[in-house]
Amino acid sequence: MNSLEELYQELILEHNQYPRNFGVLESPTHKARGLNPLCGDEINLYLIVEDGKIKDIKFQGQGCAISKASASMMTEIVKGKTVEEALDLYKKFHDMVTADFTEEINTEQLGPVAVFSGVRAFPARVKCASLAWHALEAALTGKEEYSE
Amino acid sequence: MGIEQQVGFDVERVRREFPILETKVRGTKRLVYLDNAATTQRPKRVIDTLKEFYEKYNSNVHRGAHWLSDLATKMYEDARKTVKEFLNAHSHREIVFVRGTTEGINLIATSFSRGLLKEGDEIIVTEMEHHSNIVPWQLVAQQTGAVLKVIPINDKGELILYELENLITDRTKLISIVHVSNSLGTINPVKEIISLAHQKGIPVVVDGAQAVAHISVDVQDLDCDFYVFSGHKIYGPTGIGVVYGKEEWLEKMPPYQGGGDMIKEVTFEKTTYNELPYKFEAGTPNIAGAIGLAEALKWFKQFDINEVHSHENELVQYATELLKEIDGVRIIGEADNKTAVVSFIADGVHPHDIGTGLDMEGVAIRTGHHCTQPIMCHFGIMATARASFAIYNTREEVEIFVDALKKVLKFFRR
Repeated sequence: MNSLEELYQELILEHNQYPRNFGVLESPTHKARGLNPLCGDEINLYLIVEDGKIKDIKFQGQGCAISKASASMMTEIVKGKTVEEALDLYKKFHDMVTADFTEEINTEQLGPVAVFSGVRAFPARVKCASLAWHALEAALTGKEEYSE
Repeated sequence: MGIEQQVGFDVERVRREFPILETKVRGTKRLVYLDNAATTQRPKRVIDTLKEFYEKYNSNVHRGAHWLSDLATKMYEDARKTVKEFLNAHSHREIVFVRGTTEGINLIATSFSRGLLKEGDEIIVTEMEHHSNIVPWQLVAQQTGAVLKVIPINDKGELILYELENLITDRTKLISIVHVSNSLGTINPVKEIISLAHQKGIPVVVDGAQAVAHISVDVQDLDCDFYVFSGHKIYGPTGIGVVYGKEEWLEKMPPYQGGGDMIKEVTFEKTTYNELPYKFEAGTPNIAGAIGLAEALKWFKQFDINEVHSHENELVQYATELLKEIDGVRIIGEADNKTAVVSFIADGVHPHDIGTGLDMEGVAIRTGHHCTQPIMCHFGIMATARASFAIYNTREEVEIFVDALKKVLKFFRR
């Protein structure tokens, strides 16, 4: 991987420019703040969970294109899912971005989010891609803050 | 081990001494290394010295009953003398080897916390400090009840010096300031600050990590009480650094770490400490590192520091000029007196993405808060992209960097 186009695929650029579910939720049932002390990026995640399902989710924060697009796409994919399903996706995402670059990985269940598999070639950027997911895991398991 | 005769400055000749500059990034792109404020590269001479030490002279110092240890001890102590000459210290007793600037500041802070600071005493730092000149003092403040005060900066990234006079009280026990800012490039008027502090009898620590490779440093001329720097930011190895401390201070300060080599006599009733500087060097030191650092300093001393400074300044000015021509690029840190560093941000493109984009073109820079979050806070930003220059960088490299940046901004701004 040695071009910007390969890493920053169209979908990532598009979500960076037009992030979905961007904003604050009044009276969330779950929330968490994710922090990347390396670059100072942060994300605030708000969720409304009802009957074990993620009814609504929004995020706000400052970050690079990868972290912003990853947060945007994460909110899209987990919205409507059960807490259990969301945590399972978190695990699958985490496994994908931390796998060795030469390793074959199964990204079937991750759908469009598999577009982030390329960050494996840039170890310094893995944390950007996973920040929102870590915040999701923190919020759903009752931790209010996550620090990379 | 005298200082070599100075030669005229020729950047192409300098480049040939750095094998790493031949490296191809990901096998294809020419390396344009503009992350020198993080760490500089080492000339072959320094690399060879390390290799030679391990192949021919490796032994422990100050303790062997054998020929090899005597040899290693002499080389290690000669390295100390080279540092002493480099800083123009009064005596080799004032030169303590540490791991780097961070450990150096921790040494001074920890030692001061052992009886030299009391509840309500005040320590002054500046808003542009690296975290390594903030956190050690916060730890000391927590432990002793001392208070940390801060000299603010203006929007050009310069110290607001008149505030210092208001900050100093009769409880001020120490001032610790950065000589050159790692994220702004600002050269601080440390001599002026030291003279003001000394009028009130306050000792001054100078963090010289970003200064030694770029501007002339003479500790007797500055009259600083402590000067700290890292070897790897001046073409030497990592894991070695220096604390210069005036003898009168080092004498009255309690040790930093306890262990071997720093004692004269140990019984369970009472231990007497070794003389200076060994009182502050517990355990086996980084012997090869010290010798490598001395080689780097001797190598560096071939050049006239004023020529180095003006070469690097020219690169800073050229980069600044070209960056300012790009739409929506803003320089962070525009002090009248600055060196070697150009920090910037670009509208609509995060520094981290700029860093990755430049990397694709072989250009190595640093992005983030550069361990100076209070500065980021002052400018209301989270991070900057930072190009930092060294003796071997060229105008052509500045052009490659700026062209790559234009390409990256175009890609993200679409």
